[in-house]
Amino acid sequence: MYAYDEIDRTLVNERVSEFRDQVQRRLSGELTEDEFKSLRLMNGVYLQLHAYMLRVAIPYGTLSSPQLRKLAHVARRYDRGYGHFTTRQNIQYNWIKLSELPDALEDLAAVGIHGMQTSGNCIRNITTDQWAGVAPGEIEDPRIWAEILRQYSTLHPEFSFLPRKFKIAITASDHDRAAIKIHDIGLRIRKNEQGETGFEVLVGGGLGRTPFIGKTIKQFVVHRDILSYVEAILRVYNQYGRRDNIYKARIKILVHELGIEKFAQEVEDEWLQMRDGVLALDDAVVEDIRSRFSYPAYQKLSDNPDEMKAASADPRFAMWLGNSVAPHRVTGYSIVTLSLKPVGMPPGDATAEQMDAIADLADKYSSGEIRVGHEQNLALPNVAKRDLPALWRALDKIGVATPNVNLITDIIACPGLDYCSLANARSIPIAQELTKRFADPDLANMIGKLHINISGCINACGHHHVGHIGILGVEKNNEEFYQITIGGRADEQAEMGTLIGPAVPYADVADVVEDIVEAYLALRARPDETFVETVKRLGVTPFKERVYATR
Amino acid sequence: MTSPLQQKIKITGASIVTANRTGDGVVIYRTADKSWSSRIADASVVHNADEARALLSEAVADDVGAIGAYIAPVEVIEGKIEPGNLREHIRSEGLTIELLPVPA
Ligand code: HEM
Ligand code: SF4
Repeated sequence: MYAYDEIDRTLVNERVSEFRDQVQRRLSGELTEDEFKSLRLMNGVYLQLHAYMLRVAIPYGTLSSPQLRKLAHVARRYDRGYGHFTTRQNIQYNWIKLSELPDALEDLAAVGIHGMQTSGNCIRNITTDQWAGVAPGEIEDPRIWAEILRQYSTLHPEFSFLPRKFKIAITASDHDRAAIKIHDIGLRIRKNEQGETGFEVLVGGGLGRTPFIGKTIKQFVVHRDILSYVEAILRVYNQYGRRDNIYKARIKILVHELGIEKFAQEVEDEWLQMRDGVLALDDAVVEDIRSRFSYPAYQKLSDNPDEMKAASADPRFAMWLGNSVAPHRVTGYSIVTLSLKPVGMPPGDATAEQMDAIADLADKYSSGEIRVGHEQNLALPNVAKRDLPALWRALDKIGVATPNVNLITDIIACPGLDYCSLANARSIPIAQELTKRFADPDLANMIGKLHINISGCINACGHHHVGHIGILGVEKNNEEFYQITIGGRADEQAEMGTLIGPAVPYADVADVVEDIVEAYLALRARPDETFVETVKRLGVTPFKERVYATR
Repeated sequence: MTSPLQQKIKITGASIVTANRTGDGVVIYRTADKSWSSRIADASVVHNADEARALLSEAVADDVGAIGAYIAPVEVIEGKIEPGNLREHIRSEGLTIELLPVPA
């Protein structure tokens, strides 16, 4: 866990009282909506179809149990008893009253969380691997760097009005769980030939209307230089990024238009002038931040305790163990993913009761720590293997032990037309129908790893471009239609999916997915050739033929 | 931001003006008595661009009470006002999805 200091607490508290005053003035008519809009957005308050929505940042996806309890409290007290975990390590509340928002934010501030920089054209909440600090083989804990960047970017005057929003993601593992290639800046922590640790820097990734995979702009930047290098990128973007057209304003467009070499040269020129200035990172500063991350006092424990041996006879436990439990860097411990994808329910939602229960279980079994991943699931990062059977029973009771992590029912979906004012079509009911079709865990296991991602419009909040199967809602003559892509992926081999053909109506989407899956099962070379591998090997044609033969 | 009144108003049939209530975001409809109601049944229905513009300008003038007023299509079936598209159905009737059970 990270211990926030007095500066953070003061800043967050001051912001809440400022916002309370602004809301008062808005409600009394002193501020018009035009004047107020940018103020509310600066605090993560949007207007959706039915109500205001509050977006709260969960920096680098790490929550303490008191923080999670506070999120539960806000859901219960000010909302309708639930919250929605998003693909950006945020939580969204969908039904909060403007008049009660200052109270909700004040309650959150008590545990150091807030909605700042979850909206607007600033550097947004910096995201990372939800297994940071505990994944085996990780080079170092990427959250240290996320925290350094968070402090650097919080209320940064020069970068509070960029041409457009700016998203940074960091990973320190070979397997990218943070989707760094689809971010404005992606940082991959690696070692160079001399054994020094630093960053490979990627730039210009993004989804939305014009999707791009990020390109490597520099193979290696040492620790000391990472802030100055990031700042050089931001300066070039701030200067040349387009402000005349919102659809062309993201850095990906600038990188694309200039070409990566030219863009890299601009950044290099800027950087060389400032790399030895105030942003050069002192080891002492880094060590201070590192020291504020605490890790549990791990014990020497058995990797195959008796409790596990006994429980493994239960096939339900065994299935969950095989699916949702991952190796930890410390022997005798595991990382446990909590599926927020129960059959028939909205992906990523959790009730206040579930959040409270998970906070209690984190205290009991995971050193009081909870993680939030971009796949809209939670994780407990520090579970002793001997506790797995007891933990499983408790998780199962509250409905977060569906053994479907990384399987076809582990669907990413944006709020879509049920909530979102920008939507063309619904996302959640499509996800719900698909989870029912593939509810049988044996079937889902037989299909194997398969990510379905759904967005309700081209903004791509549901990451549809990089879904193994991507589903994008469009509108045709007032009806909901969906474009289907296959072969996308968000990991270290990130790729955009390929469209298989004309959009299909709402009622056909689940059938089309079934057709695609049946085609895959018939075409795969071996049972362990994954869906994306089969698509890569054969291209989209056989899938297309299967889907459109009868349509 | 351009005011909705500066945009060209084109309506193809029966229409209403809707917005969200400032204090709590609840969906509201402009009524004939220059007020707001949370029930679509109370909405004032207009049939041409001039009427629509007049209703919208009244609505927009109430910046304290309502946010984001706009013209939305409806169908009037045997005197009953029905939302004219899926978006408005969802705004008027609520979510189309099943939610996790939450204790009352
Ligand atoms: C009121 C609700 C929301 C609004 C108004 C909204 C708005 C937008 C817009 C306008 C974009 C396109 C940005 C661009 O292409 O420049 C976008 C992208 C994105 N949003 Fe949202 N969004 C909402 C909810 C969400 C939710 C619930 C999530 C997470 C589940 C999310 C995560 C993302 C992501 C991952 C992207 C694409 C990545 C990128 O920036 O290229 N958003 N959003
Ligand atoms: S993808 Fe579109 S519909 Fe979905 S949340 Fe984003 S803006 Fe809304």
